[in-house]
Amino acid sequence: MMQFTCPHCGPRDQAEFIYERTVDAVVSLDAAPEEAMKSLFTRNNPRGVDEEIWRHTYGCRAWMVIARNRVTNEISATRAVGPEALP
Amino acid sequence: MSQYSAFGLLRGALNGQKHWQPAWRDPEPKSHYDIIIIGGGGHGLATAYYLAKVHGLKNIAVLEKGWIGGGNTGRNTTIVRSNYRLKPLHDLFEFGLKMWEHLSDELNYNVMFSPRGAMFLGHSDADMTKLAERGDAMRCDGIDADLMTRDEVRKLEPLLDMSRSARFPIEGGLIQRRGGTARHDAVAWGYARGADSLGVDIIQKCEVTGFVRDGDAVVGVETTRGRINAGRVGICVAGHSGHVAGLAGLKLPVESQTLQAMVTEGVKPMINSVIMSQSLHCYISQSDKGGIVFGGDPDNWPSYAQSGNPMVMERAVAQGLALVPALSRLRMVRTWSGVTDMSFDGAPIIGETPMKNLFLNGGWCYGGFKATPASGWTYAHTLATGKAHALNAPFALDRFERGATIDETGSGPMPNSR
Repeated sequence: MMQFTCPHCGPRDQAEFIYERTVDAVVSLDAAPEEAMKSLFTRNNPRGVDEEIWRHTYGCRAWMVIARNRVTNEISATRAVGPEALP
Repeated sequence: MSQYSAFGLLRGALNGQKHWQPAWRDPEPKSHYDIIIIGGGGHGLATAYYLAKVHGLKNIAVLEKGWIGGGNTGRNTTIVRSNYRLKPLHDLFEFGLKMWEHLSDELNYNVMFSPRGAMFLGHSDADMTKLAERGDAMRCDGIDADLMTRDEVRKLEPLLDMSRSARFPIEGGLIQRRGGTARHDAVAWGYARGADSLGVDIIQKCEVTGFVRDGDAVVGVETTRGRINAGRVGICVAGHSGHVAGLAGLKLPVESQTLQAMVTEGVKPMINSVIMSQSLHCYISQSDKGGIVFGGDPDNWPSYAQSGNPMVMERAVAQGLALVPALSRLRMVRTWSGVTDMSFDGAPIIGETPMKNLFLNGGWCYGGFKATPASGWTYAHTLATGKAHALNAPFALDRFERGATIDETGSGPMPNSR
């Protein structure tokens, strides 16, 4: 099992987190139909690092972005998202 | 190719079985092929076989980065069935099931297809309503399906926990008696031997590293064994579809996840059919060697690791033990995981891509093994003619932008919640 470092709670077991989608798959509200379609239905799906959105569902319930290597499971960066990440 | 037969075995017995020959060649890649198939799994080898056998093409290569059948063909739970709910899936998988019934004869290779029955369990009134609806849909499309009472389920599988205090009470089931299991390696090897004898070059340890392009057309591939030109190129790489299509600059409606399965030590026959529960997402069968084969949910996050999370394995086993408590005394001897290409509606993609001469067969999610013959048949038609066969026309890549998804579970564009 992987261990993620939640920006709010510190290191926790992956079992507490749920994967949502990748950063590039977030559909912005003013996206043109073709753009929205691409975001909804296609992924880079790289055999390497991608930026993923995970949620600490069974912890603080905050969203975060985790840059993870999908072959080695190595995590290179974690950052908070949402209003709590604002200065 | 020498025919395998009982007589041949007997004759071999008289001279120490010294007559055995390699079942396929190990050729050097040529500089040009009319059709190149990337991926030497069951689907790719079946495609090559039908291209040669049905469409009479001679100059075909299958490129495999590792060894044939070493990907998801060797990493599944070998279940064969066609008990879906939607018509395009019925048509494709039932066509495949009918091919399974004659596959050993067709290939002169024992694929050990064993139609022992594939049974869904119903755990509640709502489950039974859904199973009845599915059974009706199957029968309307000419596929066998029988709704089972509690007693009928108990009679077929006496070791299921049928008590009212069971963790997952069993109300009944739905069985497709023509469903069952097959021998995974034999499917790859049988198709490889058949294709090779028809002149197909099966080239192992040859990874595709890029595509050679002429404008918007693909005219060849770069590989670890040099450049190979091609008339048409077919991607058939399961979990690595996104990666290989990415080499051509394409972004697919696919996300790769890990699916795990496991097997216990061999015991005497105790599980008679393939037991599946869709409410739990657990499936149990017994291999011909006697091992109990378990499978469960995919790990619901993207991964190419080919090794899974024990948390997910534990859930599958916990469900299995709750259904068949007698399994608790068995030792688990082996686990494995494959990289599955989860498509965004749960259905496969077989057809053209936006690049000229480049075709795609992928997105099989966790259900590709059973489709091997049908996948090969339809993909061969598509690669030979440049057009979709009636059976794979609904599975075109552009169905997502057309809003024509084939979403069996109705869960929308979220591969991680399928």
